[in-house]
Amino acid sequence: MSIPATEGAPQAVRPRQAGYRGTKVRRQRVRAAWTFLTPMLFALALVAGWPLLRTFYFSFTDASLSDTTSALFIGFENYLVYDDGAWYGLLTDPIWWRSVWNTLFFSVVSVSLEVVFGIIVALLLNAEFKGRMLVRAAVLIPWAIPTIVSAKMWAWMLNDQFGIINHLLMALGIIDSPIPWTASATYSMWAVIMVDVWKTIPFVALLVLAALQMLPKDCYEAAEVDGIHPVKVFFRVTLPLITPALLVAVIFRLLDALRVFDVIYVLTSNSTSTMTMSIYARQQLVEFQDVGYGSAASTLLFLIIALVTVLYLYLGRRQLGVDQ
Amino acid sequence: MNQYQLIKLAKRVGLYALIAVVMVYAIFPFYYAVITSLKPSSELFRVDFWLSSLDFGNYVHIFTQKSFVRAIFNSILVSISVVFIALLLGVTASYALGRVRFRGRTTVMLVVLGVSMFPQVAVLSGLFEVIRSLNLYNNPGGLILSYTIFTLPFTVWVLTTFMRQLPMELEEAAIMDGATPWVTITKVFLPLMWPAMATTGLLAFIAAWNEFLFALTFTLTDSQRTVPVAIALISGGSQHELPWGPIMAASVTVTVPLVVLVMIFQRRIVSGLTAGAVKG
Repeated sequence: MSIPATEGAPQAVRPRQAGYRGTKVRRQRVRAAWTFLTPMLFALALVAGWPLLRTFYFSFTDASLSDTTSALFIGFENYLVYDDGAWYGLLTDPIWWRSVWNTLFFSVVSVSLEVVFGIIVALLLNAEFKGRMLVRAAVLIPWAIPTIVSAKMWAWMLNDQFGIINHLLMALGIIDSPIPWTASATYSMWAVIMVDVWKTIPFVALLVLAALQMLPKDCYEAAEVDGIHPVKVFFRVTLPLITPALLVAVIFRLLDALRVFDVIYVLTSNSTSTMTMSIYARQQLVEFQDVGYGSAASTLLFLIIALVTVLYLYLGRRQLGVDQ
Repeated sequence: MNQYQLIKLAKRVGLYALIAVVMVYAIFPFYYAVITSLKPSSELFRVDFWLSSLDFGNYVHIFTQKSFVRAIFNSILVSISVVFIALLLGVTASYALGRVRFRGRTTVMLVVLGVSMFPQVAVLSGLFEVIRSLNLYNNPGGLILSYTIFTLPFTVWVLTTFMRQLPMELEEAAIMDGATPWVTITKVFLPLMWPAMATTGLLAFIAAWNEFLFALTFTLTDSQRTVPVAIALISGGSQHELPWGPIMAASVTVTVPLVVLVMIFQRRIVSGLTAGAVKG
């Protein structure tokens, strides 16, 4: 580095000055650190911090989409209000509670399925066989496909009249008449879960695979010498050892599933049988132009996710390495 | 062949059968989309497992539509700008977070992590107002700005992990030579950071390319849309007459670049994803 010496450059170095120079470099570095962080923090404040505060504020007003500036403060009326002998507001809306239930059901079922199949695929990819790299790349494909595209692809395959899935099921004699997968109240939630599971197995499998590859070999050699059944080895040795990685994958997926929007919006649009909290909030905000009410729904969704995040930070602190 | 060998053979066959099932499960939907997109519209409603003839009519149809070509252009513009901004802000911020000890570092890391977990809907109304007041509504600029919310925290987080792994001696040597932090980043770290930046850039690009909620909400006219929204909004005469051929052709068109990228950079993507989650 042929950089011209800065102010703190050593000239006549006396012992005390050496110490002084050390702190000066450090102070310079800390100042530089904050200078470097400022643009990032400003960007995050502009796109995340401020909008979030505005959303909280809007949830206590009667703001509408066409004019958010002249909104009136109305307290908790968007959430709950007693008027003329009856309760109104978000907390009394059965469709809101239906979407809360849908979101929780979707999250729990799809994340559980993803974890089970993700572990199976990871174990498979961890085995020795020819063409392993090719299979690994192929398994990544669903992850790389845009959610909208995968929803459309499955919508076509699940089409009630011309879809290949009904065609196959009927050819195999499993069903007698075509199932309207995305239109019926009974099947649409399962159709959505099916698509989400397909798309996110690769993510879980990759995280689990990374953990599997870091496992110590000697445990397995010992188990093999002792002639322990592989299934028992999996539940007694492998599973406890990959639990930390699994925990991280589960929380990542859970946070994603709780805010799910696009796959459901494309597959079943605004149908109440699959409506989630995100879809409900957006419908109120954009389609019904009721920013106040929609923001109240967004705020509740945020609080639920914040709760899960805090839980994650608490449980995953050691994996995150924030505290060094 | 004795019993032991037989069991071993059966296990081997079972393994390959399972692998085949997983492969078909992973690839078939995409394969079926490709087949559908290459069929003439007269054969669309007949279920086939392979192609009997090639027909590029659906591709001609979508590429002669000005709005679709425009949407591809918008998607490329938005994704590349987002990657550029995220890397620019991310490299400098990750130097500060990964190499310098200062008070409040843990807090900043937690803020970054917290933002990466924001549900997009929670900022929708506030962000709508910000974008409208900056005159960026129905403009790719609004999308570039709003996508920072998920690309920037991720980029900072992963680059910080990479930064931490670089040896201390490099930086000490630079300090001894009197290099300023900015020079240290650009002359010492940047050349070493290319692999990490390629990984995070690629993941940010994919995330921006696939984003739907903001793109749907912050754009209004066909000429400003990105590809996912354009595909979601392709419609026919009625709800029940969707033009599946063109939809599949458009889907394949936007997916092929991603699939090729994933195939080429498979190892990098895996290391980026696991660095973001497992090692942290």
